[in-house]
Amino acid sequence: MVEPLRPSQQASDSELDNSSLKIGVLALQGDFIEHIHMFEKLGVSAIEVRKPSQLADLDGLVIPGGESTTIVKLANMFGFVPELRAFVDDGRALWGTCAGMIVIANELTDSYPEPLKLMDICVSRNWFGRQVDSFEDKFEFRGLDGDPFLAVFIRAPVVEGVGDGVEVIAQLEDGRPVAVKSENTLATAFHPELTDDTRVHDYFVAMVREAARQRAGLS
Amino acid sequence: MDTTGTPATTAANGTHAKAWREGSKPEVGNWREKSGLAQMLKGGVIMDVVTPDQAKIAEDAGAVSVMALERVPSDIRRDGGVARMSDPDLIDGIINAVSIPVMAKARIGHFVEAQVLESLGVDYCDESEVLTPADNAFHINKWEFKMPFVCGATNLGEALRRIGEGAAMIRTKGEAGTGDIVNAVTHARQVLGHIRKIQNMDEEELMTEAKNLGAPFELVLEVHRTGKLPVVNFAAGGIATPADAALMMQIGVEGVFVGSGIFKSENPAQMADAIVRATTHYNDPDMLAEISRGLGGAMPGIEANKLADEEKLEGRGW
Repeated sequence: MVEPLRPSQQASDSELDNSSLKIGVLALQGDFIEHIHMFEKLGVSAIEVRKPSQLADLDGLVIPGGESTTIVKLANMFGFVPELRAFVDDGRALWGTCAGMIVIANELTDSYPEPLKLMDICVSRNWFGRQVDSFEDKFEFRGLDGDPFLAVFIRAPVVEGVGDGVEVIAQLEDGRPVAVKSENTLATAFHPELTDDTRVHDYFVAMVREAARQRAGLS
Repeated sequence: MDTTGTPATTAANGTHAKAWREGSKPEVGNWREKSGLAQMLKGGVIMDVVTPDQAKIAEDAGAVSVMALERVPSDIRRDGGVARMSDPDLIDGIINAVSIPVMAKARIGHFVEAQVLESLGVDYCDESEVLTPADNAFHINKWEFKMPFVCGATNLGEALRRIGEGAAMIRTKGEAGTGDIVNAVTHARQVLGHIRKIQNMDEEELMTEAKNLGAPFELVLEVHRTGKLPVVNFAAGGIATPADAALMMQIGVEGVFVGSGIFKSENPAQMADAIVRATTHYNDPDMLAEISRGLGGAMPGIEANKLADEEKLEGRGW
């Protein structure tokens, strides 16, 4: 005989399983389809976000890999900037991969573009060099079970500095941070969406679920 | 560091074919990074530029990459003569002017031009029919490079042969330098229509199809199973307006190259900006109507169907 759930628990378990979470991937430019396919593998529905009005229904948003200058320009042009600010202030989950990490940073060491200041980190673009310097590496990603994570770095940035409340969860051998997390925001310098390993996507889904739980007052 | 970091030049011949057969991508030349950069360009516009100032205008307009050239295709077409790789000083100047990836063209089969481009730090090499071919029979063995390659194709067999040689990105050839979209449409429909046909075949039919296409069987099998090219597929050759870019995106390509269409138009910065916006909102006619307003003249064009056969660039490559 199964114990009946308390009402609040019942609500959380029926409303916040993977199939009820709504995740969006900013589809202005870049490899948004690859992210959507990864979430689909995890049984989470993910939509392409091209207009700010689509953010209203979402529990979490990914800003994908692409060209950061292009994504910043289009985000400004199509009115995303105040809406993204509100999205983060509302306690919803946000994840930037590679170009996405650059876009959401508070500060860049580069003069161009002007980032959207959604996470208290300082980022350097193209830190490893040009395309011929792109590479793969394996390392521990704190919070993931199993083998080290195989990470694909393509003209990748690194994190040069983090503010209060931001922790480093993955580093290269030399200690350079390549994945960082604050309460509801995740940033990775590499591309989990270009591998078959769904563990970082699963990690983000857990963040989305927790953020949704908090917002619903179900903690 | 994983073995995928092994430089191509140390790999024994035959490694690539074996890797394809075993269903994994070849480990030389960092296949995942080479094809992965093309993934990052998707939904974007790659613009031909001939000066650092033009490169900056392209970057400001939201181009995902620029193609560094001495002359845009319409000028190459007008001037005639042998068209070659650009001067390294020009390419360096453009590399230093922008933070986005820089592409440059090598002649078909001219692997030394490609070696020079790789040495300059070019992010993507276009083995291009716009330049005068250097080899009448063979393309560059692109597996030998760490720098990724994009190649033109007019049909699926050609696209799969280029991928078999190591191209990490495909584009339609179209008819460069004309401002006429008709051949880009024809080539995209050839490639995408043929993919749909192969997807619906029985597996028994695939070997004969590979023979007829002149394409590697393993890649035909992959197309059958996935319903798409194994690499990113852009349109090029004749795109001159925001509506042209959106047309190609709706037909099913993943991004666009604009050659002469920007800096041969009346207002290059506005045209560049408009084509970038149209490539994102390609499926939204209301948005496209707004984007298309008041841009001034597009590039003066040449009707591709009226070109004599020897004037066409699309037949270059084999």
